Amino acid sequence: MYEFDYHRPGTLDAAVKLAGEADAKILAGGHTLIPTLKQRLAAPKHLVDLHALRELQGVHLKDGHLVIGAMTTHAHVADSALVKAHLPGLAQLAAGIGDPHVRHRGTIGGSVANNDPAADYPSAVLALNATITTNKRSITADDFFKGMFETALAEGEIITHISFPTGIKSGYAKFPNPASRYALVGVFVAQHGADARVAVTGAGANGVFRASTLEAALKGNFSAAALDGKSVSADGINSDMHADAAYRAHLIGVMAKRAVAAAH
Amino acid sequence: MSATGIGASVKRKEDFRFITGKGQYTADVNRHGQAHAYFLRSPHAHATIDAIDYAEALKMPGVCAIYTGKDLADDKIGGLICGWMIHSKDGSPMKAGGHPALAQGKVRYVGDHVAVIIADTLAEAKDAAEKINVSYGVLPANADTASAMTSATVHDVAPDNRVYDWHLGDKAATEAAFAKAAHVTKLDIINNRLVPNPMEPRAAVGEYEEGSGVFCLHTTSQNPHVARLVLSAFIGIAPENKLRVIAPDVGGGFGAKIFIYAEETVCVWAAKKVGRPVKWTADRTEAFLSDAHGRDHVSHAEMALDANNKIIGLRVKTTANLGAYLSTFSSSVPTYLYAPLLSGQYNIPAIYAEVDAVYTNTSPVDAYRGAGRPEATFLVERIVEVAARERGLDPAQFRQMNYITQFPHQTPLIFAYDAGDFNASMVKALDMADYKGVGARKAASAAKGKLRGIGFSSYIEACGIAPSAAVGSLGAGVGLWESAEVRVNAIGTVEVLTGSHSHGQGHETTFAQLVSDRLGIPIDNVSIVHGDTDKVQMGMGTYGSRSGAVGMSAISKALDKIEAKAKKVAGFVLEAADTDIEFKDGKFTVKGTDKTIDFGSVALQAYIAHKFTGAQLEPGLKEGAFYDPTNFTFPAGVHICEVEIDPDTGVTKIDRWTAVDDFGAVINPMIVEGQVHGGIAQGIGQALLEGAIYDKDGQLLTASYMDYTMPRADDLPSYKLGFTETRCPSNPLGIKGCGEAGAIAAPPAVINAITDALGHENIAMPATPQAVWRAAQKAVMKKAAE
Repeated sequence: MYEFDYHRPGTLDAAVKLAGEADAKILAGGHTLIPTLKQRLAAPKHLVDLHALRELQGVHLKDGHLVIGAMTTHAHVADSALVKAHLPGLAQLAAGIGDPHVRHRGTIGGSVANNDPAADYPSAVLALNATITTNKRSITADDFFKGMFETALAEGEIITHISFPTGIKSGYAKFPNPASRYALVGVFVAQHGADARVAVTGAGANGVFRASTLEAALKGNFSAAALDGKSVSADGINSDMHADAAYRAHLIGVMAKRAVAAAH
Repeated sequence: MSATGIGASVKRKEDFRFITGKGQYTADVNRHGQAHAYFLRSPHAHATIDAIDYAEALKMPGVCAIYTGKDLADDKIGGLICGWMIHSKDGSPMKAGGHPALAQGKVRYVGDHVAVIIADTLAEAKDAAEKINVSYGVLPANADTASAMTSATVHDVAPDNRVYDWHLGDKAATEAAFAKAAHVTKLDIINNRLVPNPMEPRAAVGEYEEGSGVFCLHTTSQNPHVARLVLSAFIGIAPENKLRVIAPDVGGGFGAKIFIYAEETVCVWAAKKVGRPVKWTADRTEAFLSDAHGRDHVSHAEMALDANNKIIGLRVKTTANLGAYLSTFSSSVPTYLYAPLLSGQYNIPAIYAEVDAVYTNTSPVDAYRGAGRPEATFLVERIVEVAARERGLDPAQFRQMNYITQFPHQTPLIFAYDAGDFNASMVKALDMADYKGVGARKAASAAKGKLRGIGFSSYIEACGIAPSAAVGSLGAGVGLWESAEVRVNAIGTVEVLTGSHSHGQGHETTFAQLVSDRLGIPIDNVSIVHGDTDKVQMGMGTYGSRSGAVGMSAISKALDKIEAKAKKVAGFVLEAADTDIEFKDGKFTVKGTDKTIDFGSVALQAYIAHKFTGAQLEPGLKEGAFYDPTNFTFPAGVHICEVEIDPDTGVTKIDRWTAVDDFGAVINPMIVEGQVHGGIAQGIGQALLEGAIYDKDGQLLTASYMDYTMPRADDLPSYKLGFTETRCPSNPLGIKGCGEAGAIAAPPAVINAITDALGHENIAMPATPQAVWRAAQKAVMKKAAE
């Protein structure tokens, strides 16, 4: 780890100001950033820890939306009675992230802002058509994820909360990488009226994406059987030593079916 | 049996300190004024070092010194050694390339040691390392076992990268067997490379006391005396009487901590140069890169059967990857620890094995839990299973009809198996595994869309790695006996000094059980001392499942002497001839009388020495013994694995595991069961999860837990364990050893089960979901075609 100045601002305004400094990094749960620092792969001048910002924590129901503060931990989301009641698929996803240590430290905002191509949350945000709100603006999920580790966030922009529509049947199925237990393939399905949104994480060479062929198959028939014989092209699917594109593409179909079957 | 004696499942005495964080590991050793070492490692698999410029780095804050291979050479510090000589077929000695602790002119694997930076803090040492400018001349990398002999030369001494081409067995007799065979089964086998991953990474603290001229090295070693021997006699740090090596609590070894590595060598040498204690602790990435790896064989095997399905011959050709340098015992692993086990549990009249050991630009490869025996067992148990299938025979019955049944049995490959009952283990295992019910269970799985398979592993291994004369005749540079000293204190408490080293095995408990049992004293009155060359005079350490069979036998021999001496003392006290004294349950009694004295009182009498003169008997009660067994020991058993495969994902779930092992006499069944559990976990790891992968440039792609799959609890089944017992005749306690059996037995059981489920004869390890899915797809297509 290289030396840096550590800040723990007490207000969002102060955090935004610090995050705007040159070579500043925002620290949420730190599950990507801290190992990166330890391995000397990042050298920020300032580390801006958001843990003192109470207004960024917690789950609320507002105008039919679940509003989850960016600094809400995975464990909190997994255990939240509100989330379980209104978006059980999201609670289930959160309960399956990493291990208990990770879930008690990692945050939804950190996960979404980092947009790791194998992270779980981006698939839920995209499939549920959530809205990401920052200190500056609100961004729809379709506009937010820009590719591997890339988002619409500007330098120093801080996610404050993420707002999920409720009353949506949804489900998540993950095939974990045997080593890291990150998603080798994770599929989040959500029924939006007659339409369906299917978001895939872990598999895309360009990060989280929507599987249009599967969405089309589920349109008007949100059932696992609707996906029988439907496949996803291996084009644009990630290949690495753990799984090649063909296997990942196959798993997208399998996980999509399981996600639909588990949806409620 | 007493509650703490032999055969009792005594809870481990050492666990209180381990589970409460009170263990004292090398990383817990901190010395006043200590400096920290950081090793600058090669980013290239293969390159010349054309220049190292560290002038700027030396000026960095906190830096005490920077050393390179030149400084070692200037101080006449020798290179690391390989202590087992292997000769090629033509009688020529193995081609050992130089192995300097810091590279001299060339780096040969990613992680090779280029320079050491010693600074006040580790962070300062790392900062300085970034200022070192190394000019590399990058060379083509040779990172693949199978093609190593036609790839870039790693050491000039071996232009074709062949360390040796060795063979064992009767080639002509084997060819003759194949010539008359009714059936020949052929199989290509890869034994995947593994990274040992002990929980505690390696560490070292080197010290030098100017007043006495004594060096001290705390290090994570399974055999501190061997470390001292090598550092003294071969590397030339200091004479043995001026070098103390301490291996305190060690958090797992699995073989990787047997060897004498560059880092501890440099730390103890540099301590004198910088005039401060020098500490190094590996981080996990360094452990992946620089701990000696295990396995990595590419083999072709052929098995000849006669018309009655009796095995009549086996021939094997293996290429074994030894990595970039010959690690301490590396040469013995794919030769004498491997090929002699190719007879397995079977009566095979003719066997011939050839082994080419090769250099590559990869981390050195050496002994890892099982060391050669897992490779042999995997090969034998896979080809036996395939042969049974090809002949349409029940794999259990095929094994039973080929089992060795008479003991002693001289195999065609060196070993004389002295005791065993292989069929007893098979019969028990078949019953415990409900083999009769497997058909119904397969049907039940099929009804759920799953594929079920069952696989056997009928393994035998050789443990103890002794007698010394035998291993010496095979090329070992050391003797492989063990030592013990039993010190009885004046009030009858006991310290046992042992040359074995405990790094998870529970010696503080099991060894104390032996003493408690023999002397009839409470187990808490016994302390086991190990791991310090200033306390224990000499020892050979712990590996090869040898501490029970060899280490405890040495203690037993010393206890014999204690008992004999104590009887003499008791004779003087009780006014009887020592030949009339009986010792039982901690009491010395004059035969046929009620005259008795307890062990503690005899100890006191031995030290106060009032009842005998110096001319009659020496005061005191302390005895030592060196024990050299008369044969290797041969643990054996049968493991049965049952898997259920999800053909949609390729996920293999191990549904049932039955293990029936014959370890001879068992001291502590709970600890033995723990060893079996851990061993199977590592074996399942090899079969399903673990595999070190290098790319063509020699970069280790699996250098962290993000990419290298360590077994986790939810990857593993609950095990059903059983035991059979034939006592080992080659040591006084009848112990065969249990430390490696699970890791040896498990891989073929898993792969045999998977291939049974898939209707295939081969699948490579690790059988990852992707690999199994592919094979399952083929199986589905094959079935459709039928």
